[in-house]
Order: sequence, then structure tokens, then C-alpha cells
Amino acid sequence: MVTPIYERFRDSIRAEIPVALATLVEGPNLGAKLLVEESGFSLGSLGGEELDRVVRRDAIAMLEAGTSEVRHYGSQGEARQHDLSVFIECHARRPHLVIFGAVDFTRALASQGKLLGFRVTVCDAREVFATRRRFPMADEVVVDWPDRLLARIGNDLGPRDAVCVLTHDAKFDVPAIMSSLPTRVGYLGAMGSRQTHEKRLERLLEEGATAEELQRVKSPIGLDIGGRTPEETAVSIVAEIIALRTGRNAPSLSDAKGSIH
Amino acid sequence: MDEIFDDIERWLTKGQKVAVARVVDIEGSGPRDPGAAMAVNEAGEVAGSVSGGCVEGAVVGEAIELLEGRRTAGITTFGYSDDEAFAVGLTCGGTIHLFIEELNW
Repeated sequence: MVTPIYERFRDSIRAEIPVALATLVEGPNLGAKLLVEESGFSLGSLGGEELDRVVRRDAIAMLEAGTSEVRHYGSQGEARQHDLSVFIECHARRPHLVIFGAVDFTRALASQGKLLGFRVTVCDAREVFATRRRFPMADEVVVDWPDRLLARIGNDLGPRDAVCVLTHDAKFDVPAIMSSLPTRVGYLGAMGSRQTHEKRLERLLEEGATAEELQRVKSPIGLDIGGRTPEETAVSIVAEIIALRTGRNAPSLSDAKGSIH
Repeated sequence: MDEIFDDIERWLTKGQKVAVARVVDIEGSGPRDPGAAMAVNEAGEVAGSVSGGCVEGAVVGEAIELLEGRRTAGITTFGYSDDEAFAVGLTCGGTIHLFIEELNW
């Protein structure tokens, strides 16, 4: 027999609603469960009100970071004690990959993004290019200007999310980057040669961006693996997204000099 | 866990008991992160995985012992630890800690 905790856990995961499940894995009440949602709603108990309150707080923070791990507590939820161990399993919302520009490279990047579990949005103001038929793998295809899309979703972007600007056209690149800079997005990359990016930086500075803010823009986009085709370029971009998140020193094209191919 | 719910539901509908093993911690290199889960029914059928195939066989044994009442729920460790009761390890040399319990919650 299963309980409402299991049922809500299963239904949340299937509906992609963020949910954390805390299980007491060492200590009294072994196996006790507390299900926690982002709103602070919870079901079940680990065996004490104060312990539940502390674990609820930790689980909500872990849901934002998307991590699952064992935490140790005192019997009343005290920090830095080790009376009991609680495994907090987090099912965070999928990270979001927003791609500006409905070009050939976009198809490959959208597919790579899906492979890595991103929710993928493709956005381009040109409705002949931004079609479902061209990007069947994307979760959504939006015909709009980058700054208008980011005005709607920018506040929801966080450290696990990524914005890739592939338009190759200052008319789209500049508003896309300008509107991404104030967001908390973890990765911001823009396609183009070193020369293109130099010119783009001038435009962005004229628009009021600071040189410090623009350090965040990865351009030329991707890791320095000599990728050439759209598919190879997509691999180098998602690899750079992973390396930035994990803090590894993989060689980025933006840190290298010379030819990008 | 999302990939194993369909099998779990089918087993529960048939009235079978189900054990769930979840990776709660890894030391060194481990093929799957905390949260990876596998489910085992009393007939020994399996859904999901907790490693790259290194320890799944042993987990089935533990799960069946649990469902038959020959062991209790708790953490089981695979890898190079001193208290290891059986010689099942990870080819990558890491250690994984699994929490095994019956799905009765």
C-alpha cells in the first residue's frame, strides 16, 4: 500500500512540478518521509516539528540549486550535529536554454539541449524562420524580439539556465545581450568571429553596458575544440555550459586567441 | 525516479511488493549521482539503475531479502569500504551508498 506522499511525489515528477523528498536514512524513525514543495507546502513528518521545519527550509534551498544529498542534523534539527541523517532528493524544474536566432546552428543546439535535459525555447522575430516545423525538438518556438521575450521570462532565469545568441545580426544580438545582462542567467554566450564580437562589444558599450558586465558574454561561443559543423559547434557550446557550471578549466574560445576553427 | 514509475505502478496494481534502492551518497568516482533509483519487485524484476551495471545484481539480492523480511531497511554500501560484507565493487573504484526500503510510504 502506498500513501498520499508517494502519490503526490509521483504526480509532481510526472507533471514536472518541482518537489523534494526527505527520507530519514540514519537514526530513529528510519524511513520517515517529508515531502516538500517550493511554496513551503509539505506532507508527512520526520518525527519532530522543529526537525521538519529545518529540513523544509533546507529542501526549498536545495530545490533552487537542483542538488540531492544527505544532510546531518541533531535530533531537533540542530545544525553541526550528527544524530541523524536525512537524504533530501530534489526534483528541480528543468534548466532552461533560450536560443535567439532561428538559424541552422539552432537546430543542432536545440537537439543537444534536449539531450542534456534542458527545456528549450527558440526565439526569432522573423516568422518565416521561427517555425515549429523547422524546430520540432524545441519545447517552444517564439516569434518575437529578444528584449520582449526577456521582459517576460528574464526574472525566471537563474544559475542553471543558459542564453545563447546565434543570430549573427546586431539588430537582434544587441537587444538579446542587453536584456540578458540584468538577469541571473548562469551562461550567456554569443556566436560570431572575434572580429564580429569586437564590433558587437562597441555597440553594446554605446548602448550603456559596462565592460565589466560584458565579461560575462562568452564569445566566440563554445569550447576550443575546433568544431566546424552546426553539430560540432553545438557540442562545443553545451560543453562550455557544463564547464561553466562545474567550474572546470576547459579551454573556452573566448579565452583563446587565433582562428576559431 | 521518473523513469521507473510506470513499472512500479504496474507491479503495485498486481498487488506485488516493491523495494526501492536510491543512491544517497558517492565517494570518488561513481557512475550515477545521488537520487538515481532502482525498483525491484518480489519476483526479482527490475526497473531503473543505480550504477553502470556494476552493483545491480547485488541490489536485487538485497531487495528480495528485504521484501522477504530477512533484512531491514537501511543504508548499504558498495565499494572499497572496510565493513563490506560481500565482494561487490564498482569498476571505477568509487564507493556508493544506497538506501534500500520497501515502497510502503
